[in-house]
Amino acid sequence: MVEVKTADQLNKKFLRDGMWPTIFCNGCGHGVVLEYTLWALEELGWDMDKTVFASGIGCSSRMPGYINADGLHTTHGRAIAFATGIKAANPDLNLIIFTGDGDCAGIGGNHFIHAARRNMDMTVIMINNFIYGMTGGQLAPTAPLGSIATTAPYGNIEPPFDICNLAKALGANYVARWTVTHPYQPIKSVKDALSKKGFSLVEFLAPCPTAFGRRNKLGDIKKHWEWYDNNTILIEDYERIMNYGTEKEKEEVKDMFPIGVFQDLNNPGFFERYEKLVDRVMGGSPKTPVKAKAVVQK
Amino acid sequence: MIEVNEDWCKGCRICIERCPVNALEESDKMNKRGVRPPRLKKVNECNYCRLCELLCPDLAITVFTDDKKKESRKTLLRPVGGRK
Amino acid sequence: MVYKRDPKKIREVLGNKVQFLLGDMACVYGGLLAGVSFFGGYPITPASEVAEGMARMLPRVGGTYIQMEDEIGSIAAVIGAAWGGAKSMTATSGPGFSLMMENYGFAVMTETPCVIVNVQRTGPSTGQPTLGAQGDMMQARYGTHGDLEALAFAPSTVQECLDLTIEAFNLSEKYRNPVCVMTDGEMGHLRERIVIPDEKDLKLINRVEATISKNKYIPFTNSQTVKGSKVPDFPTFGIGYHTYVTGLTHNEKGFPATDKQKDHERLVKRITEKITDDADKLVKVEKFNLDDADTVFVTYGASARPAETAMEIARSKGKKVGLLTLKIVWPFPEKIVAKLAKQVDKIIVPEMNLGQIYHPVREAACGNCEVEVAPKIGGEMHLPVELLKYLGVK
Repeated sequence: MVEVKTADQLNKKFLRDGMWPTIFCNGCGHGVVLEYTLWALEELGWDMDKTVFASGIGCSSRMPGYINADGLHTTHGRAIAFATGIKAANPDLNLIIFTGDGDCAGIGGNHFIHAARRNMDMTVIMINNFIYGMTGGQLAPTAPLGSIATTAPYGNIEPPFDICNLAKALGANYVARWTVTHPYQPIKSVKDALSKKGFSLVEFLAPCPTAFGRRNKLGDIKKHWEWYDNNTILIEDYERIMNYGTEKEKEEVKDMFPIGVFQDLNNPGFFERYEKLVDRVMGGSPKTPVKAKAVVQK
Repeated sequence: MIEVNEDWCKGCRICIERCPVNALEESDKMNKRGVRPPRLKKVNECNYCRLCELLCPDLAITVFTDDKKKESRKTLLRPVGGRK
Repeated sequence: MVYKRDPKKIREVLGNKVQFLLGDMACVYGGLLAGVSFFGGYPITPASEVAEGMARMLPRVGGTYIQMEDEIGSIAAVIGAAWGGAKSMTATSGPGFSLMMENYGFAVMTETPCVIVNVQRTGPSTGQPTLGAQGDMMQARYGTHGDLEALAFAPSTVQECLDLTIEAFNLSEKYRNPVCVMTDGEMGHLRERIVIPDEKDLKLINRVEATISKNKYIPFTNSQTVKGSKVPDFPTFGIGYHTYVTGLTHNEKGFPATDKQKDHERLVKRITEKITDDADKLVKVEKFNLDDADTVFVTYGASARPAETAMEIARSKGKKVGLLTLKIVWPFPEKIVAKLAKQVDKIIVPEMNLGQIYHPVREAACGNCEVEVAPKIGGEMHLPVELLKYLGVK
């Protein structure tokens, strides 16, 4: 196999013929996430016959269509549940789910929670643009306080959803958040997430100049992209400042988005546990003692 | 040098704005969509960092060191950072 | 490792050939015999026993049971498993069936084979959880949005719960369409004697997998291997066909064609015609004393049982009463009922609802005879004596 070194070669190897160019707007971050994922897949050298992409509804959910692999474009919010079934039917397949903030944190929140709790063997790539972009800019569950949406014309008063901390609390094996504006860390992070057993989540903060930036006066595409640079901070720095910083430093960073790797564990995934269950039952000891201990083991 | 899949370019200018050495500019020719895809300036300090290639949301840019040795450059994907 | 049906293992798990069995468990047995390897479920009375049975038995035959977070997740996982290559099923009751409606439509649009057992209870809403009804018959047909043809069975004995579940898998594999097994709380919680069919008597149909070369393969068009079939070959995920499966209107290649009228028409017409073309073959009815009858019961599911008793009592008193029991309710056996309507004076439709299958019966009768519904709701079955009143027998 020829080693892929350039975007041109990457395109020829991974893109689905007849679907390009994408439907994404000018300056949108989704295409960038797609490219990072493809570079990560290239680094891993996975067989694309054994890699399945699933998605729900929304801008993010069009992404499986652009990749030359099996793809299931499902109903709104349910992609993770569909992927659970695919994986159960054929555990040899690698499952990647593209989802958005509305799809994953809004309508699909319950499926997300339970897949993370089960440590279901799959990678969720959630693209968070703070808005329902495809339907024209309605309020998303991740929208920052005060942001404007067509259904929040006087500013959002609901505290936003922090999906990374949620996944962390549920004991997901790998949790990370990045912005799309810098390539190297996210590519490595997606690669790490994909190679994990169990549940892994990579959240991308992605610009939506059309529906979010324009309404919230974040300026043109250039300024909107810079907004992400200026409003994020590495989680290591964030935690250090919050623990040991001065009041002034704390004030400066308290409203920023921490980015980085939130959690990196190696607990057994669902199917590893299920295989053990089958072995136990077939071996004639169908019962186990109840453990009162809580869930997450660090 | 860079190669641009012109019809895929949507004219977001991310490559131009985020180039660390300011080596890109809009070309004078419009593509099918009516936007001007990027090109290298006549005089430029491009050091093949490939940021434009990695950031292009439409996967439309490819960076080569020069025409003859298209594949000579190793992948730059040796990222650092993040908690491990 | 993809599941491979192992008859020896299945029979070992199922046990004796003749058993005294719960209706819900008979659905489990049927599924296992048909080769189900994935069950996604969520507890709901009176269907929980199906999930319980699967949880106990599936790991022992090499399949996977997952209790999902809700019914939406259950049907989603079931559809996903089908694309992963499994025969898959779920079981639920009214409220859960309502939750499944969106993804039921997704299964129709993406032509996914799967089986949904609906152990019906009364509604609307929570209704009477422990008691049976037949109020979801129209929901199985028209519950999801858009144009579709439904496939639904209605067993009226525990043995039929087993046999028709196997049959449901066969139809879903053959037509690549979701199939409902519409039992009810009475059937689900009834215990009867069943006989597990021998391996040699089982007729199992498996989906036609795509085998054509990858550059010639078209995922959403008439079969490329079976001549004359409108059912496309199935590109199981993981065998390299790189199919894009979407619930959006898609063209033959599977690519979204949301603004194209012709593509939508061609797609939806093919999806419905693959069933309507075979409607005559899909008839499955039981006829009792129809030849000389002037009044007949047309019914299905649990309601067929009191109707049969009522018929026998009426016959013993000299009334010429017949009974037509529908085993497949959707597609509706229109021709048979239409012919019957020309022959008899009156059709009575006993149902445990206020009149659902009554409507297609009346449509088929087309004014050629009187059609009357005999409704009973509230979680009780008809008493034969109640049905006799409709016959004018005291």
